[in-house]
Amino acid sequence: MNIKENIKTLVIKKPLKLDCGKTINNFPLAYETYGSLNKNKDNAILVFHALTGDQFVTGINPITKKDGWWSYAVGPNKSIDTNKYFVICANVIGGCMGSFGPSHKNPDTNKIYGTDFPVITINDMVNAQVNLLDHFEIKKLFSVVGGSMGGMQVLQFISNYPDKASTVVPIACTSSHSAQNIAFNELGRQAIASDHNWSDGKYLSNNTLPDKGLSVARMAAHITYLSKKGLQEKFGRKLQERDALKFGFDADFQIESYLRYQGSVFVDRFDANSYLYITRAMDYFDLVKQFDGNLSNAFKKTKAKFFVISFTSDWLYPTQENKDIVIALNAIGADVGFVEIKSDKGHDSFLLDVPDFLKTLKNFLDKSYIER
Amino acid sequence: MKTEYKIIVDLIEEKTRVLDVGCDDGTLMESLKKNKNVDARGIEISKDKVQTCVSKGLTVIEGNAELDLKQFPNDSFDYVVLGQTLQAFVNPEIVIKELLRVGRKAIITIPNFGHWKVRLNLLIKGTMPITESLPNDWYNTPNIHMCTIKDFVKFSKIINFKIFKSLALTNKNISNINNSNLFYKNLFAELGIFLIEK
Repeated sequence: MNIKENIKTLVIKKPLKLDCGKTINNFPLAYETYGSLNKNKDNAILVFHALTGDQFVTGINPITKKDGWWSYAVGPNKSIDTNKYFVICANVIGGCMGSFGPSHKNPDTNKIYGTDFPVITINDMVNAQVNLLDHFEIKKLFSVVGGSMGGMQVLQFISNYPDKASTVVPIACTSSHSAQNIAFNELGRQAIASDHNWSDGKYLSNNTLPDKGLSVARMAAHITYLSKKGLQEKFGRKLQERDALKFGFDADFQIESYLRYQGSVFVDRFDANSYLYITRAMDYFDLVKQFDGNLSNAFKKTKAKFFVISFTSDWLYPTQENKDIVIALNAIGADVGFVEIKSDKGHDSFLLDVPDFLKTLKNFLDKSYIER
Repeated sequence: MKTEYKIIVDLIEEKTRVLDVGCDDGTLMESLKKNKNVDARGIEISKDKVQTCVSKGLTVIEGNAELDLKQFPNDSFDYVVLGQTLQAFVNPEIVIKELLRVGRKAIITIPNFGHWKVRLNLLIKGTMPITESLPNDWYNTPNIHMCTIKDFVKFSKIINFKIFKSLALTNKNISNINNSNLFYKNLFAELGIFLIEK
């Protein structure tokens, strides 16, 4: 973990009362920035990452040595143009890329938290990240942008801090986790918990890692990020480096080999307990319930301009769930645009090279920036 | 800009809230914003056109008027505009009622099926009319409920809405439609433009 010592970290001194009732203070929030903040400090965009993302949005991730998770969308002249905007992204609390999470030591006991780490929520995540605005002395962000769990944070952020962003872009997300969403997350958590190495979350103290469980969790989740059509076109029934079926349980099919690979590389960069905590936060997310069954009330106090984006082949956070956000906003006369982008790439569309999406996001931001 | 749009812009008062249903590439919305300082919103069914609108900085939602007007509360807009699409809806009555629920006023334009060229086309050729403003064959036209200016006026009495202003567009010339000239306007106008209220 020494390699992580170079990560930019803000120590948040202000106590943060979590939804679970516990209060945390003096906790680290790891972040990264791209581009530069202008004189008026009105060109900042806070990007929120998804379940397995981190603060390294674009360029080469110094830890994984791979491209940042949103390299297609963020960078010079890209949709979120770092020549123009100052992009900030923080690792969520509960995460494993430097922010306060279950792999940290509990100062009271001097032991690694593991599952003694407090359960955190999407609300807690954004309440931690709003401290970055004070740190950079930004009164109002130009935009808050994020896909999937990042989109949920976008919605929670503008609901908690209605005056702190001019534009709001929730992408491929929902205002309330569905039973199907919870079911898939539970599958992942159970895969981790049934790995003996998990040891009730104490694996770091035992020097073992629940790699098998975490990789199965990732494999299952990965399927939900793709579309049936996309999978069929990419893999079909193609065999993996063999001419015929082997009548065994090796990876005969390319799709099997692909999923195994996805699982195996994931465990190198992600912490199993963080996976439990963050999926739990997503499952607990229900902005509709937070506002007593009326989602419109979440946005009543803001004058921000919204732009909601969904994808045709996303069955994890389908268009209708994104449209429910649009409907709630229209019900109170908010300024909201919406488009469903045609793509076969499933939920992952927002992370991939989908030109219509990238162009639309750029157009919305750049036009809104001129007219702000 | 199309004469039709110029007329609509003239009909709309300054600094009002306008919803353009079927806003196409946003040309009308842009003009309304520029000339009348209007808070304009649009609904458009075509993804490409929504993207074009976004590139112009317009607030547009992708959607279908028959399904998506529901989400707007009563009287959310001063005007709701429906340009040349009434004839494409399964149930024009419901659409008009929705327009007048969501907006205090509505502006509806209709391609006039009573135009002499249309009549002559059917009379002489004996086939479904194809004209400049109605370029499709009967089997691939989106227009399933064509009507004439006269039909629309009649419809206002059947489903009970007030026509506040009715204009005819003939060879780019605008004129008022009234009871005494309805026969001629119905024969010569290519387009009818109606400002209606509940």
